[in-house]
Amino acid sequence: MPAVENTVLICAGGACISAGEKSVKEVFEDTLKKYSLETVVRVVETGCMGACDLGPILVIYPEGVFYQKVNAENAAQIVEEHILKGRVVERLLYKGDTGELKTKPQEELPFFTEQVKIATRNLGVIDPLSIDEYIARDGYFALHKALFEIGPEKVLETLKKSELKGRGGAGFPTWMKWDFTRKAQGDTKYIICNADEGDPGAFMDRAVLEGDPHTIVEAMTIAAYTVGAQKGFVYVRAEYPLAIERLTFAMEKAREYGLLGNNILGTDFSFDLEIRIGAGAFVCGEETALINSIEGKRGIPRVKPPFPANKGLWGKPTLLNNVETYANIPPIIINGGEWFSQYGVEGSKGTKVFALAGNVKNTGLVEVPMGITVRKLIYDIGGGIPGGKRLKSIQTGGPSGGCIPLEHLDTPITYDNLKKLGTIVGSGGMVVMDEDSCMVDVAKYFLEFTVEESCGQCTPCRDGTRRMLEILERITEGEGTMEDLDLLKELGENIMATSLCGLGQTAPQPVLSTMRYFWHEYEAHVLEKKCPAKRCKPLMRVVIDKDKCVGCTACARVCPVNAISGAVRKPHEIDPEICTRCGSCLAVCRFNAISKVSP
Amino acid sequence: MSADSIRETVTKIYEDINSQSLEKGDVLINTLHAIQDHYGNFIPIEAAEVLKELTGTPLSKIYEVLTFYTMFSTHRRGKYVIRICKSLPCHVTGGQEVVDALKNSLEISFGETTGDGLFTLEETSCLGLCGVSPVMMINDEAYGNLTKERVSEIIDSIVSRERGE
Amino acid sequence: MAKIKSLEELMKIKENAMKGLKMRDSGKKGKIIVAMGTCGIAAGAKDTLRAIVDSLDEKGIEDVAVVQSGCFGLCDVEPTIEVHLEGADPIIYGHVTPAQAKRIIDQHIVEGKVVGDLIVKKGEL
Ligand SMILES: Cc1cc2nc3c(=O)[nH]c(=O)nc-3n(C[C@H](O)[C@H](O)[C@H](O)COP(=O)(O)O)c2cc1C
Ligand code: SF4
Ligand code: SF4
Ligand code: FES
Ligand code: FES
Ligand code: FES
Repeated sequence: MPAVENTVLICAGGACISAGEKSVKEVFEDTLKKYSLETVVRVVETGCMGACDLGPILVIYPEGVFYQKVNAENAAQIVEEHILKGRVVERLLYKGDTGELKTKPQEELPFFTEQVKIATRNLGVIDPLSIDEYIARDGYFALHKALFEIGPEKVLETLKKSELKGRGGAGFPTWMKWDFTRKAQGDTKYIICNADEGDPGAFMDRAVLEGDPHTIVEAMTIAAYTVGAQKGFVYVRAEYPLAIERLTFAMEKAREYGLLGNNILGTDFSFDLEIRIGAGAFVCGEETALINSIEGKRGIPRVKPPFPANKGLWGKPTLLNNVETYANIPPIIINGGEWFSQYGVEGSKGTKVFALAGNVKNTGLVEVPMGITVRKLIYDIGGGIPGGKRLKSIQTGGPSGGCIPLEHLDTPITYDNLKKLGTIVGSGGMVVMDEDSCMVDVAKYFLEFTVEESCGQCTPCRDGTRRMLEILERITEGEGTMEDLDLLKELGENIMATSLCGLGQTAPQPVLSTMRYFWHEYEAHVLEKKCPAKRCKPLMRVVIDKDKCVGCTACARVCPVNAISGAVRKPHEIDPEICTRCGSCLAVCRFNAISKVSP
Repeated sequence: MSADSIRETVTKIYEDINSQSLEKGDVLINTLHAIQDHYGNFIPIEAAEVLKELTGTPLSKIYEVLTFYTMFSTHRRGKYVIRICKSLPCHVTGGQEVVDALKNSLEISFGETTGDGLFTLEETSCLGLCGVSPVMMINDEAYGNLTKERVSEIIDSIVSRERGE
Repeated sequence: MAKIKSLEELMKIKENAMKGLKMRDSGKKGKIIVAMGTCGIAAGAKDTLRAIVDSLDEKGIEDVAVVQSGCFGLCDVEPTIEVHLEGADPIIYGHVTPAQAKRIIDQHIVEGKVVGDLIVKKGEL
């Protein structure tokens, strides 16, 4: 992925458009193409920059240089001088009202401006090893407020008003869980934090634990105080050693400061935490499996009800929430429920952290108000698809979710909307896939995952997913039949209806969802024995175009299995019997003579 | 590694962990992690017998736990356990090529250990580092933005460090 | 550290630490923050950190603190660092390899000139 070196913001406010912005943008992009700069320079349209009289306005990052009154003619000049040669075009520089040179833009990149950081407020801002810096950002003030000012009832009320829902996948109202556990009978109660983050494509929980561990300590302490618990456990997957290290350190510091352990903040409320480490089983993210695992057993899910709120860890009432859910709690307590619910839309309030991964330019973590459209998330914030490729679909919700195809890009992201599309918000992982991804292959990938991760307790989940995988393997090898497709659906529905836990109940989702939106790809594999994305190796071949090949021998030298033959300066040829479709030769041919075909 | 020394080590590790725990007992998984770290990437099978006596957990339950969790191994593994991510985000950003490159340069498949006992190759599901995919972990170190070339550099530098020592 | 028992004590810690965060009265000319999440480390942040520390040592610069933080969430441009000199807007740089880190120290810290081609963002995060 080439690094974007420059970003060019072109004002697309009403005034600037009327002053000719559209053609400026076109000229700009054409000139970039002329110099093959279109992959390293990104052209973004922004809203009004508040300088309409001098429009069209254009800003070039990273330097943040402002140009004014740009027209079709000088746009080309800016590319040639500024972008290509690195020389600022003084003549066109924006001077502002005072005539003073102004280089600081008023509008920033959407990647930053669209974000509202609540759960991730401290990431990258504070030193995770410094409890003082956490306190400097209002850390532990929420705990103080809960203990001294408002008390448990008000904490619950605040949470209820915030309409915060669990961020771990199921989206259950957080205040209700807290309320159930508070009302549950028993002197001994436990608090658990689910940090087993296993959905492929999700990594916000890790980032929070590594970058702001105290927020989890504080939130769990508030939870314990509210529901009346004495001990808590953070269940962290073993794959996150740095998170474990930083959280351990944070817990020690909090104890030193009297914010965890005995007599918190000098009161007679005591609560302590311990870290328990997973051992590489995805199903342990399911709450009852996680409880079994903390108890030192195999992590297999239990039958619900009873729910953990009544009968959880060691049979005692237990409150279990996800890392991101907890990370929202302290700011909500400080600022109030209404403050949180001002963000988002009906039924999906507040912000959500999304992890952008796959074929998207700005991979990373973003926290945005719920209700943002998929398009905005992928294009404005994510920066679109790299390498001039076209977007194909976005997989959300990991192995329990499904895909969002192009035609639904303008859907606002809410729990309900995504459910209607046949997928889920889940933990917030968004895997972006470009035109080179084969959707049958994607479905197969997820099933490989579930087959691997099924705990084996339920026959449909254990054996049914294996059968589905076998069928998908047949299809991607060109051996599938139309009956197989029917069978896939039937098996999928059956597994979903008869499995005990969420893993089995949702495992067929990626298959059913891709069948729903990309039926033609399944058909192509079955009827025409073709992989339209040219991804499935048995259904594709790598060939050399005789007319383009100049016989430079570059490909023959990199082929690991010596499948390429030909004399120097004569067209080369690939032997399909030997070729493993590894694609190494494609990368080295400077004459574009080699391509993948699906015969 | 005699049976006696294993007994002594395992007992000490268990007692340490148990004494630090908020709830006594039921610390089997943390204990197994510590034993595995102590012996370097594997758990001697004799440890199960010792744990049975210490915890009162039936042997069958201990074996169940040992086999259920993929991170535990009762076979001696290489000094460096390489765990390469096989989940979708790493796959769509060129993971397969990196897997092939690893297998080629180490000349082993998944689950195998190199002849010199240095490397064991394992596959894993998402490591939560998809933003810098493709990704692998070597013991506790993560490596991202992998390419064929970067993989050989990393392996070569470990090999030369090992040879130098 | 004595245990905290009152709001006043919390406030006092907050005020002291704010100075460090905002860099007022800290007696330093500035600080460099290296994003050290596992993602950053996987992309080479440890080498970057080492290069920064070495290069500051080499030049005998003592009034610039080097601290680590969690990640900014900018995986795409890891390793990332933030350079925050007193009185100036903080600058976030991306793709900071050890070589680029040295360049940033030479240009930004020593000469006071922002390194244009590596900037990801200017201003408070
Ligand atoms: C197979 C499976 C895996 C899960 N993995 C996770 C996980 O890694 N992290 C998580 O927080 N929740 C996970 N969940 C959801 C939990 O069971 C539970 O709903 C959640 O942790 C509750 O916290 P919340 O209300 O704060 O979201 C998983 C569920 C299933 C069925
Ligand atoms: S549905 Fe699958 S993972 Fe869940 S309990 Fe049953 S077998 Fe285990
Ligand atoms: S690299 Fe391209 S031009 Fe060179 S021999 Fe191979 S196909 Fe022909
Ligand atoms: S519309 Fe362009 S500056 Fe206002
Ligand atoms: S998919 Fe490989 S790290 Fe997430
Ligand atoms: S999650 Fe930390 S920078 Fe990517």
